[in-house]
Amino acid sequence: MSLPEVTSPDMAALTPGAGSSSGRRELRRAVWLLSRSFSSMLGLAIVVLFLVLAVFGKWLVPFPDAATGSVDMAHTLQPPNWAHWFGTDDMGNDVFSRVIIGTQISLQVGLIITLGAAIIGVPLGMLSGYLGGWVRVTIMAITDLFLSVPSLVLAIAIVAVLGPGVANVMVALAAVWWPGYVRLIDSKTLALREEPFVEAARALGASTPRIIFRYLLPNCASPLIIKASMDMGAAILAAAGLGFIGLGAKAPSPEWGAMLSVARGYLPEWWWFAVFPGLAIYLSVLGFNLLGDGLRDIFDPRTTSQ
Amino acid sequence: MTLYLARRVVVLCTMLFGLLCITFFIANVAPGDPAALAAGPNATASMVATIRTEYGLDKPLPQQFVLYVASIFHGDLGRSISTSQLVTDQIALALPNTIELVLFATGFAVIAGVFLGVVSAVWRDSIIDHAIRIFSVSGIALPMFWLGLLLQLFFAVQLGWLPVSGRLGLVTVAPEPITHLLIVDSILRGQWSTAGEAFTYILMPALVLSFPTLASICRVARAEMIETLSSDYVLGARAQGLGIFSIQIRHALRNAMLPVLAVIGLHYGWTLGGTALVETVFDWPGLGLLAVNSALLADFKPVLAVTLIIGFNVMLANFLIDMAYAWLDPRLRRG
Repeated sequence: MSLPEVTSPDMAALTPGAGSSSGRRELRRAVWLLSRSFSSMLGLAIVVLFLVLAVFGKWLVPFPDAATGSVDMAHTLQPPNWAHWFGTDDMGNDVFSRVIIGTQISLQVGLIITLGAAIIGVPLGMLSGYLGGWVRVTIMAITDLFLSVPSLVLAIAIVAVLGPGVANVMVALAAVWWPGYVRLIDSKTLALREEPFVEAARALGASTPRIIFRYLLPNCASPLIIKASMDMGAAILAAAGLGFIGLGAKAPSPEWGAMLSVARGYLPEWWWFAVFPGLAIYLSVLGFNLLGDGLRDIFDPRTTSQ
Repeated sequence: MTLYLARRVVVLCTMLFGLLCITFFIANVAPGDPAALAAGPNATASMVATIRTEYGLDKPLPQQFVLYVASIFHGDLGRSISTSQLVTDQIALALPNTIELVLFATGFAVIAGVFLGVVSAVWRDSIIDHAIRIFSVSGIALPMFWLGLLLQLFFAVQLGWLPVSGRLGLVTVAPEPITHLLIVDSILRGQWSTAGEAFTYILMPALVLSFPTLASICRVARAEMIETLSSDYVLGARAQGLGIFSIQIRHALRNAMLPVLAVIGLHYGWTLGGTALVETVFDWPGLGLLAVNSALLADFKPVLAVTLIIGFNVMLANFLIDMAYAWLDPRLRRG
């Protein structure tokens, strides 16, 4: 098509979120709403705390060597004290330092799984919702198929074939995590397709990729962010679970699930060894869930829990 | 209804076919030589070659797929390389234990979840309500395996009320199998003390496994109760002078149960997946533990068999829930 690029002011007015001043007002309203909800702010605070620990943790901890597989036989399995707030583990390493340094691994793993799932799921959902017809039937059938097999079981099967390790855990979990994104983006695109501003763009001769990237994708942003926030928590939890059963990271690595897996053998006498890595998993997942819940209450008021 | 049923059966069969494709893909197309995997880590080159011809792994992939599907429909799931048992035998031993665990967990999730949800709705915005809501939000974030370890620490080690892990004490003789469900069999054979003992063993793993479902049911039951309690017919019932509790049980609760059913359906797959973690913590000899132990030894036949069984089970459950809905709500049959 040799039609000229059309971005008239009328088009901008028709596109929600495209007008910059109304977009900024919308954002300010969202921030205000978020700041008024205690649980959302708690979630945000926890997430920020863990992000800071993930980035700067290595320089903040009292014993940076604790995560490198060093051995200090003189100080094994000490209960929490002033020098070692969370006690020491079977190798005499500071559990506090290991838990903090482990933040980076868990957050990275969660982020890569979530991103990987979104990269597979979002384009499929877009295609399915926008093109409809047999494309949609096929994509949704495969999606439903993957949704009906419990993701953890399928991930274990994939890791069993690929072999244990953090990288394979990420591959396996991303490979089973994408169907949720297809469902979400498909339903959103299906609704957007009939909106006046999309029809107008089509009537003006915009190409399919242009409609998808310029008009559909930006309008899927908020449900995507909400889902990604919730999924970060769930992905951290699932990866830690695989680490715990021994299919993920291995011992000297300060991955929380792997730490728990070793610590399990030292219960009940040396309880601190198992309690603190678990607490870290719990808090980080709770943070992302609370934040995701809060964001959903703002951007998607229909599903607000009462 | 017949047409609807027929259509759903076709969908179910297509899904089963898709599931077979997934497991076949994982075993054969994924990187790594399936013959080398089947032979185990210590196999020689000639052993691998023997296995390749024996299992038909030298044939083209489509032909292999046909052989694979045919063998599964003949009830042949292969042999475990780590224990050299037939996978079907391993499954036969593990499946009843998982069924029992999942049944207990689901039952507990429904009873406790509905109860807490109703309490939360009736005393809305009270301290109890806030406590229950915090509990239900955190229920989803709690790592099951960690919760399991903490419960073991508290109830088994500290208080000594419950056994730490396992299915039954070492010296206790299991009853002659009838249904293969240990507690049911003990009761049917009249071995009440064995049933009691088995119950103490199942309590903690079932509680841990139920936790995410319990939390979700609690949230849904609360929201539904709040809505129904403020609806016209409940107001009408109150105007007739019915007591608040009789209204809750006879009117509001019954209507709140449909969404609760939906939550059970949604969480069923999650619960089955969770068995891998919970059974590992509690040494529960079920499908999850079988999958995990086999996966750790790179013994992938039992893992894929468990994936097939659990996947098919979830599909079947969804099919039955669809049927139940269509039966309850005729509008859906036309959908």
